[in-house]
Amino acid sequence: MTATASTPTTAKPVATGRSLLATAWMRIRRSRIAMASLAVVVGMVLFAILAPVLVAIEGQDPNTTNTTPEVLDNFYTPGLPLPQYMYPSAEHWLGVEPGLGRDLFARLAYGARVSLVIALLATLVSVVLGTILGAAAGYFGGKVDMVISRIMDLFLAFPHLLLVLSIAPILQSRLAGTALGSGSFVPIASLVIVLGFFGWAYLARVVRGQVLTIRQQEFIDAAQSYGTSHRSMIFKQVIPNVTGVVLVYATMMIPTNITAEAALSFLGVGVKDPTPSWGQMLNAAQAGNWYLSDPWFLAVPSIALIITVLAFNLLGDALRDALDPKSSR
Amino acid sequence: MNTPLLEVSELRKHFPIKGAFGRTVGAVKAVDSVSFTLQRGTTLGLVGESGCGKSTTGKVLMRLLDPTSGSIKLDGEEISTFKGKELNAFRRRVQMVFQNPASSLNPRASIGAAIAAPLIEQGIKPPGGVKAKVRDLMDRVGLRPEHANRFPHEFSGGQRQRIGIARALALDPDVVICDEPVSALDVSVQAQVVNLLKDIQRDTGISYIFIAHDLAVVKHMADEVAVMYLGKIMEQGSNEQIFADPQHPYTRALLSAVPSVELDAALTERIRLGGDLPSPSNPPSGCVFRTRCPAYALLPETDRARCADQVPTGEVACHFPSAPLAAVAAHR
Ligand SMILES: Nc1ncnc2c1ncn2[C@@H]1O[C@H](COP(=O)(O)OP(=O)(O)OP(=O)(O)O)[C@@H](O)[C@H]1O
Ligand code: SF4
Ligand SMILES: [Mg+2]
Repeated sequence: MTATASTPTTAKPVATGRSLLATAWMRIRRSRIAMASLAVVVGMVLFAILAPVLVAIEGQDPNTTNTTPEVLDNFYTPGLPLPQYMYPSAEHWLGVEPGLGRDLFARLAYGARVSLVIALLATLVSVVLGTILGAAAGYFGGKVDMVISRIMDLFLAFPHLLLVLSIAPILQSRLAGTALGSGSFVPIASLVIVLGFFGWAYLARVVRGQVLTIRQQEFIDAAQSYGTSHRSMIFKQVIPNVTGVVLVYATMMIPTNITAEAALSFLGVGVKDPTPSWGQMLNAAQAGNWYLSDPWFLAVPSIALIITVLAFNLLGDALRDALDPKSSR
Repeated sequence: MNTPLLEVSELRKHFPIKGAFGRTVGAVKAVDSVSFTLQRGTTLGLVGESGCGKSTTGKVLMRLLDPTSGSIKLDGEEISTFKGKELNAFRRRVQMVFQNPASSLNPRASIGAAIAAPLIEQGIKPPGGVKAKVRDLMDRVGLRPEHANRFPHEFSGGQRQRIGIARALALDPDVVICDEPVSALDVSVQAQVVNLLKDIQRDTGISYIFIAHDLAVVKHMADEVAVMYLGKIMEQGSNEQIFADPQHPYTRALLSAVPSVELDAALTERIRLGGDLPSPSNPPSGCVFRTRCPAYALLPETDRARCADQVPTGEVACHFPSAPLAAVAAHR
């Protein structure tokens, strides 16, 4: 007896078990764009994780100011080019900031940590909330569905950025008084909470739709017929069957959150100096109007941001195609 | 006579049809006053065309759907009102094998996990452990126990139905409701699965409600047969009686279309049932089979009026059981 699904009467499985991920991986490996974006994503994550090592190799530090008089705040005479040593060199791989003269490579690397941690944690919050609430709405139906769906609509209808702009500072000042108030914890945590809490609704709606179809399948009746609790129904029967979509949406949500972090920090309600993040670097570049005379200062975080966001988006697209049971092999 | 294992009387399941603003504007009478009994260790075959309410009957008996009205007694105890703990305990005694091998197993659970799930959810710890019990069950249904870690997509339709049977047997139930367990399978595989079910019954004395639309399979499986049409039972009786001496025009028409079943003496040609199945939300008055009945066409006007006005009841739900049949029945 061999275990092949080859009898003529067997309906072709739509999306099944392990083969789903195996097939997805096979398809991703075949696509150059997918592999390239995966490489960039992995590279960026490694860059963030290895920031202390890389910066140590460079021999610099993200917070040391180069106090040579030329670099200090008012060294710059409008109309004249910036001093040569502010651009990439063997000593400062990406040059230094105008003004405080901190090492740009060190700030970019440590900033990658902060930006990615915020984006990943916020995505995690959204994914957990969105998956559980969406699954509950789809599975229970009726009043539970109505309540969750209305909350979802409310969140989807809100002008996020405006709300986040007003909530983030409030949250930060509230937390500032507590024991957690010191260091970079408060701005990071408040961004995670705010972005995470505003990102779940869309995923929840997608998951709810998927669960409505899953609920029609006979294995749900089967599970009910031996008295499966609601808890196991949701966590063992329903959620494992939506991991594909959740994975795709999570991959798409990460770049959105990276951009949102950058935007908020740029606008001054996110990560604040001296903590580096890509958004904070953008903020610093425009704060003293440095970018007018020193576009390089603006370019460094911008390029990192664009490459990373693009890579995550392309990977998300590739994952969606790869996990789509309807697309051809 | 001892109490039957299962006694169903006047069971109804009507699905409300919602109109604008959630108002109920009608009902799909999927099951409409169905009564039958099932004796311990025997098989009741429930046959009928697609959409006649077989699965719905099964799901109501399983308490997957709540009946609209009627009574279901298991060992003399009314189970249609069970809730909570009682309902959960009842679930151990009645299990189901589902119709569609492609969707009746969770694609994300290994088959070992699928077979173990009833034991785990019911909190049952078998003497040798859950693993050993799963191996026994897999062995019992002809699957290789070492395949427990594989996933449903790695198995053929017939093997998946075996997995479904193992899962249904895990709780050692008294009754297994088999909802068209073989209709999605190859003919050669059908025989294997049907024989497996028979073997299990011989060994354990389990009872089956065997739902099918294929009369030949039912003839092979069932001790008692109930023929269903549009939510109602048209005729019921022993296997011998139904197949050797069918009374109801519907049964006779169905049987005449089965090549492997010999034609009843009164029939000289095969009968084709014309016309469409009426909607269960708006069934014909009187006898629901009237619009397609091959006897009705040949009846005199006064008898026709009776078919249209009075609902026939009894073991054979027909006013004129042995009336001659027309070869093609399609009329209004
Ligand atoms: N949840 C539901 N809501 C409304 N109508 C339903 C529902 N489930 C079943 N029905 C209707 O009830 C009738 C009987 O359906 P059922 O599935 O019991 O038929 P069946 O005899 O099992 O058919 P098949 O051989 O195709 O499986 C059909 O008309 C169907 O459309
Ligand atoms: S009652 Fe009349 S219409 Fe109905 S099955 Fe009998 S003969 Fe046909
Ligand atoms: Mg059915």
